[in-house]
Amino acid sequence: MISLKGFITRFLSDPVAIVAGTVLLFLVLMAIFAPFLAPQNPYDLMQLDIMDSEMPPSWRVGGDERFPLGTDAQGRGVLSTIMYGTGISLLIGVGAVIVQGVLGVTLGLVAGYRGGWIDAFLMRLADIQMSLSTLMIAIIVLALFQAAFDANTYADYAIFMLIVIIGVAEWPKFARTVRSSVLGEKNKEYVDAARVIGLPPRRIMWKHILPNTLTPVLVISTIQVAEAIMTEAALSFLGLGMPTDRPSLGSLIRSGFEFIFSGSWWITLYPAIVLVMLILALNLLGDWLRDVLNPKLRRGDD
Amino acid sequence: MAMLEIEDLHVAFPKGKKAEVEALRGVSLKLEKGERLGVVGESGAGKSMLAFSILNLIAEPGRVSQGSVAFHGENLLELSERDIRGIRGNRISMIFQDPMVTLNPVLTIGTQMVETLKAHRKISDAAARKLCIAKLKEVAIPSAESRLGAYPHELSGGLRQRVVIAIALLTDPELIIADEPTTALDVTIQAEIMALILKLCREKDVALILITHDLGIVAEVTERIMIMYAGLCVETGPTQQIIQAPHHPYSAGLLKALPQFAGRGTRLYQIPGSMPPITALPPGCAYHPRCERATELCKAQVPPLEHGHACFHPIDQTEAAS
Repeated sequence: MISLKGFITRFLSDPVAIVAGTVLLFLVLMAIFAPFLAPQNPYDLMQLDIMDSEMPPSWRVGGDERFPLGTDAQGRGVLSTIMYGTGISLLIGVGAVIVQGVLGVTLGLVAGYRGGWIDAFLMRLADIQMSLSTLMIAIIVLALFQAAFDANTYADYAIFMLIVIIGVAEWPKFARTVRSSVLGEKNKEYVDAARVIGLPPRRIMWKHILPNTLTPVLVISTIQVAEAIMTEAALSFLGLGMPTDRPSLGSLIRSGFEFIFSGSWWITLYPAIVLVMLILALNLLGDWLRDVLNPKLRRGDD
Repeated sequence: MAMLEIEDLHVAFPKGKKAEVEALRGVSLKLEKGERLGVVGESGAGKSMLAFSILNLIAEPGRVSQGSVAFHGENLLELSERDIRGIRGNRISMIFQDPMVTLNPVLTIGTQMVETLKAHRKISDAAARKLCIAKLKEVAIPSAESRLGAYPHELSGGLRQRVVIAIALLTDPELIIADEPTTALDVTIQAEIMALILKLCREKDVALILITHDLGIVAEVTERIMIMYAGLCVETGPTQQIIQAPHHPYSAGLLKALPQFAGRGTRLYQIPGSMPPITALPPGCAYHPRCERATELCKAQVPPLEHGHACFHPIDQTEAAS
């Protein structure tokens, strides 16, 4: 394992990591403190005025000081909606990865440690799950959900549903990674030693083997957050994700897309830039983590 | 009744769809309280298999196909998983070969020690830590208190093996199985560790099964020897007696191969050939292809273990003396 000090040294010596980390930190802080920083609360209908709709960014003709990046068709400031929307996107991304992680790590650990028919069964299940596209499953389930409940119920549970669907659909990635690490670890002598000490299998799995398999889990977690945010954005763009009154970055892009030909390009462009920055930062950090935590690429000074 | 009594133990591994091969082919041994037994043999003779079968921890897909392991009269092989866990690491503990890999690299020494205690005793964290420090001092680890927070990679090989021994002693076991405890260590450390194990066993009247291929260590530490070859015990008896007057040609060969018996400037002796794999054992006595005393009888029948050796043509000591 790499020491914390080595980790920080590596981070500070890599310009890509610094830039990606700074961007991510900036976006996360912006999302967390949106209620205090945003010029306007886009969820509060009392603050919206239909007369403000489709205003260009403030530096262009017809712009308004109150809306630095312009407004959308409902009269919400694009900057405020982006700040709140980034939070929702991140929430769904992180939430979905927690669901994936809990499911995938548990099943992967059990499959790898127990072996035999349990392993065969769980891994075939993972294969089947992997052969169904996440987007396809999500579209089917969300379309059914939308049809079965009225719009208000849907709006209330949309975040929860997206987290669960994206989480469940992607568990095999974690399960396979953890399983292959467990297969490598479980024949090591410290596992024999733990069994000789008289520890029960559950304790050996969770306390002794799991911590030794966490490095790859950390790497795919980062990449999977980006993946989940993109999936959510795609679903929202198709009108199946977050509703327009609680927009994520994806629904913002979609809501602006209808007006792009009438010249209101800012409604789509700015959320899209933020989405790309967020995904890029996460992916770059994930790649960087993978290199740093890979013992084969370890440098002498760590 | 002996403390540990192994009776006709067979361990089998599947070979192909139906067939099985035996890694242990009927081993018996008795161990009294506080007795120290050395199990000697080449790699693959089934020494470690014997150790793991005592704790009923044969790795899948192997299984004990026959025989019993009685600990105070209770057959360990028939205990439930829960009951045997109460014995593992508690009344019988084990020391492994390589301390570099037997400690979990991501857990501190303290965590691993306290965990062992808590698996077997109802004990508070503070009391457990105190006991751990006491045990670390017993195995002569300097500044024991501060070592509890250390990770295994922060300790040297000798210190790590001391920690492993301290873990093995934590619950005051009646039997310690040491599987080549010094093989992975520096020669200078080897003697220290062996002396420590011997001292602790004597002080606490703990029985020891010392598995090794080093007859020199066995001669210093143990009271009795069991020499194994291809899954069978070929000779057993008091250590000094066997070292001085081996009956089985294999034991004699092992002794002759010790470097200290070679004259200065002469080639070191080695037993011709190598041990057959368990999948291709020769008929009769498994040692006969390498044995200079082998006859047609040895090729046809497996010699029974009688008078402490399993050989049709044991070395007669009057003959050896001449």
